[in-house]
Amino acid sequence: MTAVTPPVSFVPKDFASDQEVRWCPGCGDYAILKATQKALAEVGATPDNTVFVSGIGCSSRFPYYLATYGFHTIHGRAPAVATGVKLARPDLDVWIATGDGDGLSIGGNHLLHVLRRNVDLQILLFNNEIYGLTKGQYSPTSHRGTRSPSSPHGTQEEPVSPAQFALGAGGRFVARAIDTQQKQLVGILKAAHAHRGASFIEVFQNCVVYNDNVFAAFTERAVAAEMQLWVAHGKPLLFANGTRGLRLKPGTLMLETVTIGEAGITEQDILIHDQTSKPLALMLAALQPPTMPVALGVLYCSPTACLPLAPAEGAIDPAALPQRIDAALHRGDTWTIESRAST
Amino acid sequence: MDQINPPVGSQQPRPTVSRLPLESAVVRFAGDSGDGIQLIGNRFAIETAQSGNDLATFPDFPAEIRAPVGTTFGVSAFQINFGARLIKTSGDAPDVLVALNPAALKVELPNLKRGGTVIVDTGSFSERNLRKAGYAGNPLTDSTLSDGRTIEIDISRLTLEAVKPLGLSQHDALRCKNMWVLGLLYWMYGRERQSTIAWLGKRFASDPLVAEANVAALNAGHAYGETSEVAGDITAFSVAPAPLPPGTYRSVTGADALAWGLIVGAHSARLKLFFASYPITPASPVLHLLARQSELGVTTLQAEDEIAAVCAAIGASFAGALGVTSSSGPGMALKSEAISLAVAAELPLVILNTQRAGPSTGLPTKTEQSDLNQALYGRHGEAPLAVLATRSPADCFDVAVEAVRLAVRAMTPVIVLSDGYIGNATQAWRVPAVTDLPEFPVRQETNPDGFSPYARDPETLSRPWAVPGTPGLAHRIGGIERDYETGNISYSPENHQRMSDVRAEKIARLAQAIPAQTVALGPDRGRLALVGWGSTYGPINRAVSLALEHGDAVSHIHLRHLSPLPANLGELLAGFDRVLVVEGNNGQLRALLRSQYLLDAEGLNKMTGRPFTIDEVERAIRDRL
Repeated sequence: MTAVTPPVSFVPKDFASDQEVRWCPGCGDYAILKATQKALAEVGATPDNTVFVSGIGCSSRFPYYLATYGFHTIHGRAPAVATGVKLARPDLDVWIATGDGDGLSIGGNHLLHVLRRNVDLQILLFNNEIYGLTKGQYSPTSHRGTRSPSSPHGTQEEPVSPAQFALGAGGRFVARAIDTQQKQLVGILKAAHAHRGASFIEVFQNCVVYNDNVFAAFTERAVAAEMQLWVAHGKPLLFANGTRGLRLKPGTLMLETVTIGEAGITEQDILIHDQTSKPLALMLAALQPPTMPVALGVLYCSPTACLPLAPAEGAIDPAALPQRIDAALHRGDTWTIESRAST
Repeated sequence: MDQINPPVGSQQPRPTVSRLPLESAVVRFAGDSGDGIQLIGNRFAIETAQSGNDLATFPDFPAEIRAPVGTTFGVSAFQINFGARLIKTSGDAPDVLVALNPAALKVELPNLKRGGTVIVDTGSFSERNLRKAGYAGNPLTDSTLSDGRTIEIDISRLTLEAVKPLGLSQHDALRCKNMWVLGLLYWMYGRERQSTIAWLGKRFASDPLVAEANVAALNAGHAYGETSEVAGDITAFSVAPAPLPPGTYRSVTGADALAWGLIVGAHSARLKLFFASYPITPASPVLHLLARQSELGVTTLQAEDEIAAVCAAIGASFAGALGVTSSSGPGMALKSEAISLAVAAELPLVILNTQRAGPSTGLPTKTEQSDLNQALYGRHGEAPLAVLATRSPADCFDVAVEAVRLAVRAMTPVIVLSDGYIGNATQAWRVPAVTDLPEFPVRQETNPDGFSPYARDPETLSRPWAVPGTPGLAHRIGGIERDYETGNISYSPENHQRMSDVRAEKIARLAQAIPAQTVALGPDRGRLALVGWGSTYGPINRAVSLALEHGDAVSHIHLRHLSPLPANLGELLAGFDRVLVVEGNNGQLRALLRSQYLLDAEGLNKMTGRPFTIDEVERAIRDRL
């Protein structure tokens, strides 16, 4: 056996597998993959102790391109498989890669429960508001009116908001990022990794083939400053290069945008982001263009008890197990049949 | 008959009582679901076991959780068959029926053995209760009960009298009625009361008055028997101890024995047991037992649905534990896609199916054997796996251990078929010593030299189990077809053919690792073989045993391994002129044997939600000889 000396620390390319990446040229997934490899290196993860679990869809090809352990499972079920991995091996660092169809349509139930149970893992939900791998049908996050092969006259359904879903399901870490904004994305992935419990990250991901520019209303360079509100715990909720901000509309429980310097508004009037406040997180997650900016960053982070629970004191000694099993088998009503006397 | 030492702690029946010796007896307790029928049935079974008889029991309770009092659909029953010989079934028709209300009499009387004895609580035969049971007149006074022996006792009044000194409310006092009956039956069959009295003290430790009342009722019922014996009203019986192998015994349900088998199997493989399940009748008791075994290193998850349960088990197996899931037919249908993933990913997985009468919700509390085809074929794609069936509650333990052994040997899912009858029924089980059982420690891969996740063992064709966290073995697997050599994604046509072939061959080769098929009873070639699988074991075995006593040329062949089939099965079956497949479905094993061996097998089939009776099988034998 050859002795393998692991490197002291890993660089992003150590997390790249030898498989050819097969997403469409220009797909936002490339950027997410790159950010993830960088974040893994920066948090000190090791390929041997890291597991990526995915379902089905373009996003779910993710594990093949990472040099970690990986399991590409079935449509929608990655949270359930990942729960089994984490409960069986609490020491492993477990990540889920999913999409808006995989995670919120066929797998909505499992996403709900992995968040509710607060299993200690990270969930990357790539939201491109479309089914890519099945060639362009509308998804549960497609906005009303989306025209697609399965909705030729435009959808007549209201979309689900992933971040609001995650908060409603009891998620204790809910964040948002944009595929191409690497610096912020890497930071959020690292924050998610540091959080104990289920961490949910909605990544706005552009599908160049079936839904190009669907997020242009807030991702285009020209409007980014006006339409992106990057939140930071303890910092005022400012955007548009610090010229505008959010406050509670007087006499209501609604957010409104105000401009610093107008109508006597100063920075003192702007709400401070408190990432432990769930009501605030719900209001931030609900903001929508064009009347409001999109809230990005860590909307909510409030750790609580998570699964798996820390092993009880005095873990089971394997040598003692047969005796313990024997004792358990004899608990309750037992009786003895003696050897038969010879006749 | 051999002399048998009385079990330790038991006393011979008092010599003053003249008891009619019996080889075996079937007693059925029936009453309203609120009457505590299951409880006295279980206590009677424990005392019977402690007196050295072999036994089998079957609880028969309504699907409704709290059915309206006094109705026929609220009748709860418990049957026990016990004897001085080995007992294979919970018995056909009862010799003695205890009916605690008119509804119980209405439902259960048709099943009574011709000439059998009925014990009724006349106190419960009010006009209102008779009406609720659907009786136009009073069966105690008309000709309804003319065919057997009826023992009419006002059990309600006698119970109230017995507990009167304790000052309980009438409602609470009447709740002791079941103990009065138990006392009477203890007397009839010469059972001791001490351990039940101790048990009552423990059960009602927080309410000593209730404990005392129950003991008073138990003693009063027993005393009633003693008194009436003098008058000759009630016959007392004796049933000698059965020739059971020496050892420590306990009573187990099939569900409990499956759970214990999984624990021991995981230990024998040196694996952590991870069990994920979603509640479903009649499979849930396995989850209930395992959920209490964290001190034995068992992790359980009550999943959000059937799909999540199997997927979590697959995740746990990927991570190096023994993943197990459990359900019944409808839930198995939901798990089907994920089971195919486990076939493709080649991960060990044990899947328990406690079958119930289907399709759809069907009869959830009633038994059937109709999921064999689902187990064998109910997946998309060519997805071969191993299938085993348990034949009795105690056999569940051995089959669960065997399922673990095969799953880890071939890195494959294994489906275990039990059923509602086996799951709920109890049997005396000789408790094994864990250290005496064979072990099969799993070797998980650790060597990175030339590692490929799909490099196969040349003998078993199974792939290495390389568990996340192992240095140098990081790899990706998934549902997309994998390259034969590297395990990487492959869309190559030739590779898919090769992988399909090897997956089939891997399961076929398990036949080399399972015992050759033997004949359970009778000659190993001849005129007629009865072939069964699962819970038909008891009725077939008993019927064949009776036919052999009559000198008939008949054999019983019982299959535990249904995929792959034992290598010698075709040859064995070819040695019989006629093959009759007895199963609780429309002929699923029969179709398999016909297609596998070009064999003109006949079928004896039944789908009533009830197990076969010995009598039904005996008649089928007689018709063919």
